[in-house]
Amino acid sequence: MLLFAASRLLRAALTILFVMTFAFVVLRLSGDPALLIMSVDAPPEAIKAFRQAWGLDQPIWDQYLSYIAHAFTGDFGKSMRDGRPAMDLVMERVPATLAITLPALALKIGLGIPAGIYAALHRNSFADRLTMAVSVAGFTMPSFVLALLLVLVFAVNLGWLPASGADSPSHAILPIITLGAAGAAIMARFTRSAMLEVLGQPYIRAASAKGVEWRRVISHHALPNAAIPTVTIIGFMIGSLVAGAVVVESVFAWPGVGRLLVSAVANRDLAVVQAILMVIAAWMVMANFTVDIAYGWLDPRVRGAAAGH
Amino acid sequence: MGVPLVEIAGLTVDFGNDWRSRAVDGVDLAIAPGEALGVVGESGSGKSVTWLAALGLLPARARVGGSVRLEGQQLVGAPARLLESVRGKRIAMIFQDPSSCLNPVHRIGRQLGEALKLHRGLSGAAGEAETLRLLDQVGIADAKRRLSDYPHQLSGGLNQRVMIAMALAGQPDLLVADEPTTALDATIQAQILALLAGIRRDTGMALVLISHDLGVVAENVSRVAVMYAGRLVEEGLGQDLFDAPRHPYTQGLLAALPTLTGPRRRLAAIPGTVPEPGKAPAGCSFAPRCPLAEPRCMSEPPASRRVGLLHRAACHLQIEPGFSAGALPRAAE
Amino acid sequence: MTLLEATDLRRHYKVRAGRGPFGAKATLRAVDGVSLKIEAGRTLGLVGESGCGKSTTGKLVLGLIAATAGTVRYAGNDMPPTGSAAWRALRPRMQMVYQDPLGALDRRLPVGVQIMEPLAIHGQASPAERRERAAEVMTAVGLQRHQFDRYPHELSGGQRQRVVLARALMTEPDLLVCDEPISALDVSIQAQVVNLLLDLQDRLGIAYLFISHDLRVVRQVSHEVAVMYLGRIVEQGEAESLFAQPTHPYTRALVSAIPVLGPRRERLLLQGDPPNPVDVPSGCAFHTRCPFAVATCRAEAPVLQPTADGRQVACHRADEPALQVAA
Ligand SMILES: Nc1ncnc2c1ncn2[C@@H]1O[C@H](COP(=O)(O)OP(=O)(O)OP(=O)(O)O)[C@@H](O)[C@H]1O
Ligand SMILES: Nc1ncnc2c1ncn2[C@@H]1O[C@H](COP(=O)(O)OP(=O)(O)OP(=O)(O)O)[C@@H](O)[C@H]1O
Ligand SMILES: [Mg+2]
Ligand SMILES: [Mg+2]
Repeated sequence: MLLFAASRLLRAALTILFVMTFAFVVLRLSGDPALLIMSVDAPPEAIKAFRQAWGLDQPIWDQYLSYIAHAFTGDFGKSMRDGRPAMDLVMERVPATLAITLPALALKIGLGIPAGIYAALHRNSFADRLTMAVSVAGFTMPSFVLALLLVLVFAVNLGWLPASGADSPSHAILPIITLGAAGAAIMARFTRSAMLEVLGQPYIRAASAKGVEWRRVISHHALPNAAIPTVTIIGFMIGSLVAGAVVVESVFAWPGVGRLLVSAVANRDLAVVQAILMVIAAWMVMANFTVDIAYGWLDPRVRGAAAGH
Repeated sequence: MGVPLVEIAGLTVDFGNDWRSRAVDGVDLAIAPGEALGVVGESGSGKSVTWLAALGLLPARARVGGSVRLEGQQLVGAPARLLESVRGKRIAMIFQDPSSCLNPVHRIGRQLGEALKLHRGLSGAAGEAETLRLLDQVGIADAKRRLSDYPHQLSGGLNQRVMIAMALAGQPDLLVADEPTTALDATIQAQILALLAGIRRDTGMALVLISHDLGVVAENVSRVAVMYAGRLVEEGLGQDLFDAPRHPYTQGLLAALPTLTGPRRRLAAIPGTVPEPGKAPAGCSFAPRCPLAEPRCMSEPPASRRVGLLHRAACHLQIEPGFSAGALPRAAE
Repeated sequence: MTLLEATDLRRHYKVRAGRGPFGAKATLRAVDGVSLKIEAGRTLGLVGESGCGKSTTGKLVLGLIAATAGTVRYAGNDMPPTGSAAWRALRPRMQMVYQDPLGALDRRLPVGVQIMEPLAIHGQASPAERRERAAEVMTAVGLQRHQFDRYPHELSGGQRQRVVLARALMTEPDLLVCDEPISALDVSIQAQVVNLLLDLQDRLGIAYLFISHDLRVVRQVSHEVAVMYLGRIVEQGEAESLFAQPTHPYTRALVSAIPVLGPRRERLLLQGDPPNPVDVPSGCAFHTRCPFAVATCRAEAPVLQPTADGRQVACHRADEPALQVAA
């Protein structure tokens, strides 16, 4: 188990390094920040000075090495806009993002999983078809469309909830629902198929044949097995928590990391964009790592394989 | 025969919409308390499905007709509550694919313990002691350690023996053993069969032994039923049936058996295959492969007739004992 | 030509001996020093007590699991490491028929698709040809065309077993490891499948490692037979003579326990506890249950040695005439 954890940890570190490198290369290749940040008619000396100040005149290779070296000490550079450390800028936005994404995650799991189980147990019933229809609608609809619909209904027509901003807890409700609904739909669909898959397994029939009552067959024999594939999707959702909030935060003008990313990209604020990508990558990697551990915990076959011989 | 423990009458199972593709097509069988019945037959002839239907274990899609009575109590279409009280406790089943029939995420000790708690109210130390005794009984060494193994850590035969122990845990009145020894070598097989015989002697448990191993059947049961394409084609006391089979299918089966002594020769498979669903003749389903078939065999389904003491066969022809269809010239292979 | 040569294969598992996640660990010796050779176009039968390591040996020789120790050579070259590109390229040449057909099949795919899979994976033949070939192989193993679109759970035990066999035959391999390929088949279909395997061997020169508990069938298909006990081979020799005159006491017990249709024969019943691969007895692993065991057997492990009649036996008393008479 320890070896298993160690190998995953190493892989995680490599993944993050890869993302950092990739982001670095792509961002440097996609245009000169000096030209974008300085006004178009800035004198060439000013542009040159700007380049020098940010080290943009160095060969890209040197820039990269110094970036990585600094990153190791926890220094991710400074925002080219206001000169504050990029990571600080990002970190102060994280709580706002979590304030909508965590409740949304709870909604996805708390609504999606029971709905999926119910649909699987009542396969082809009206409730099953309804759940599946809703879930198809839920994940085919782009989140900004849903967001606008919700705003239209609850903010504009009914006037119950504010349409955008972050002044009170009620401002969080629409973003949470927007984020949660689509996820819950995916979750329901996935849980349903995982559950159906397990219910068709011979050991379920064998458990019934043993005389175990149906409710217990579900709770003790089917669910623990269905949980294994479901964990993958939960991990994926946790991993994409921050990234998934980008659109919704922009639509609702919610001051989270996602919105910061949009503005940083628009401003070509390289250090900030990089810091955000770095945070997102680290977050995803951590989620993946947790999923792997959870797998080993839920599935004895994986545990054995990882432990080797 | 006295009052039967289980009486199956006119049992039919359909998976599709075509009556000619019935998996089980009117099976009548009775098992007396304490009796041991062997079931042999063509692969796919409905041996397993018959008992899955009896216990209500088929998927909802399957349509089950006819009746299965346990001491007079109707099981076909019975409410879930009744079936749950019968399964494992009155009628236990050993499944054909043992490794897939154990839950992969639970330790085998827990899976056995569940059955013990359910049927005998044993848990804690008493439960564990009984679990160990059961595993010991089925010849599993080092039972204590094996309790914490998962099914994927066991060999095919070990899983099969865990399945057997689990079925015995409920001390059933009838044990339906579907190919219970396919993954066991001859010595352990002998040991398991001796164990079952011992339990039957001590507790009066009845046994339905479904097996392809005619030797196993011959040595362990008193009465044998032969199935072909969803029907019972012959039924009789073991020795009578094996010494003097009356149905051409049974004869073909016996002729196909390889021997342990004598020269190695090409094995004699029965030529042809079971007719495809929908293409079965209106008459006897074995007719297209039967070396003795007559025109009426294709059109008229044969009724089951008495051919000897407790010996019945479903064949139009009056085949004399001692006559062997295998000796006849065969249809081209 | 030697197609496959395995030398001193071992596979050990770390298992929990105590309770709890940090309980004591013990070593389970599933396979503990097996050497075997399979010639092209020949069949080696592998029999032995349940749990003695037959399936593990089968997976080891194909590199489906990694060996703890020992080497496998295939067609004169070292077997490439499990999972490597070279190993994957060899896969269509060596196939496995798994013991648990239901476990080996994907319940979400129709069996026909799964039968065609080996060709699809290795990019052989066009889709139409694959389909045709699948239909051919299905017929050969006694399955019917309409079963092509069935799902595994919609088939009987024997039908599933034939699906797994059909899948393995699709690529016309050089070596087929059959783990209990006929255990769920009635004797008539068994005969058909055995005849098919023999015909394929004649026609294509397929070599088989044939693992089975049905000694009659093993005798029928094998040129040579190896008998395993507790992770090792204890006797090996020509099929017919081995079953006619088993030498090792375990083989004798095995052969005498075969159920028969006619009157029962004298049986050599094994006494004592069944073997425990975690705690292998000292000396000869079989001595605790052997009716002929003497002091040497408790102290010294016998090695596989040729006997007068060309057999290999691992028994200290194999050459004693007194034992021969007792058989
Ligand atoms: N769920 C299902 N859906 C459709 N057909 C099925 C289903 N289960 C079984 N069948 C079919 O019903 C027939 C009888 O199957 P059954 O499992 O009873 O055979 P069996 O006599 O036990 O054979 P075997 O000896 O091979 O196990 C087979 O032809 C099989 O394909
Ligand atoms: N993944 C595993 N972890 C721990 N032990 C294992 C594992 N796989 C197999 N074993 C053990 O290895 C031993 C040999 O298993 P194997 O499956 O090779 O036996 P076998 O000879 O094929 O038996 P059978 O005839 O019953 O199928 C058994 O004791 C089994 O419990
Ligand atoms: Mg069956
Ligand atoms: Mg095995």
